[in-house]
Amino acid sequence: MLEQRYAGFLSAATRPTRPGAAAPRSPFRLDVELLPEGAPGPDEDVRVRREGGRWVLTRGDFRAEWQPEQRRGWVRQTANPYAIDSVLRIVHTLLLAEAGGFLLHAASAIRNGKAFLFSGKSEAGKTTLARLAPAEVTLLSDEISYIRRATRGLDGRGRPSPQDQGGYIAYGTPFAGELAKAGENVSAPITALYFLEKAAQQRVEPLGTSEALFRLMQNILFFAEDEVLVRQVFEAAGEFVLNVPAYRLAFAPEAGVWELIR
Amino acid sequence: MKYVARSTQVAARMLGDEMVIMSAKDSTLFTLNPVAAVIWNAADGHTTLERIVDDKICEEFEVDRQRAMGDAEELVSQLAEHGILLVSEQPIENEPQGLSR
Repeated sequence: MLEQRYAGFLSAATRPTRPGAAAPRSPFRLDVELLPEGAPGPDEDVRVRREGGRWVLTRGDFRAEWQPEQRRGWVRQTANPYAIDSVLRIVHTLLLAEAGGFLLHAASAIRNGKAFLFSGKSEAGKTTLARLAPAEVTLLSDEISYIRRATRGLDGRGRPSPQDQGGYIAYGTPFAGELAKAGENVSAPITALYFLEKAAQQRVEPLGTSEALFRLMQNILFFAEDEVLVRQVFEAAGEFVLNVPAYRLAFAPEAGVWELIR
Repeated sequence: MKYVARSTQVAARMLGDEMVIMSAKDSTLFTLNPVAAVIWNAADGHTTLERIVDDKICEEFEVDRQRAMGDAEELVSQLAEHGILLVSEQPIENEPQGLSR
């Protein structure tokens, strides 16, 4: 189930190279245990809370723990793909918050080596815009975008690495929306953030940083009842709007809208 | 005498010229103009609002004291309503954490 759902996002390095061999060290590890049939379904709100040095994640269909120091955790869940999908989203919001990044309710795509984000809640037009994308556009997600600060570093010749723009990088995610299709497992520097609004005519308007921050905060995925984390996300969002131009994109569902995205 | 103190339940940061404050409880966001930001930064729980207006607002912004005091009272009352500023007739002892930047 996992291999099928996350095809394209699985790394050979996470599996033992031969039977009985230890798996190479992964950046983090989640052990999954399936509960017997008849366990409750996902009919409860998800709760994420800090207990000492660990995070406890609960919903009707799963209980999980995440230890950020050890970068390890476990999940006990019913055999449904939505449980592991939710746990992965939550764990990534926690990992990203430590590093000045976040998951965003947004479609994202790469065009000419530049990543663009199209943010909005459901019905804002994320999937519509993704469907209208021209052939040269690589889709990263039509639902949940993965945003991380660019790491500052040098390439093998001592020059700033191509991704070192002092900005932000968007990565593809397997978290699909109505398109029901995972994004590509690639990344690119983020050039612009658009907040989507359906309209009769196409129009792009720049947004001030405060307005952009207000809108951004409404669309960042956020689960935890934790003030420290709230502050981390607020700081990350503030830095983001100071570094990435934001626009209001009023669009009619026509392919021509992509002419505005450059 | 009215003492004002920043709540510890908020996060605040500058965005260009504006101070943006978020309630860490319900994630509500507020934007403060430069005058309001001065009051926010000076709200340490030990300085009276009157003194903040006299020393910071009237001096820095060259405004009429009576009007400045009226505006400050209104702002403080609004921020207190949302729980992001504490107001008391006595000095407020629990020093807020240094969340502003």
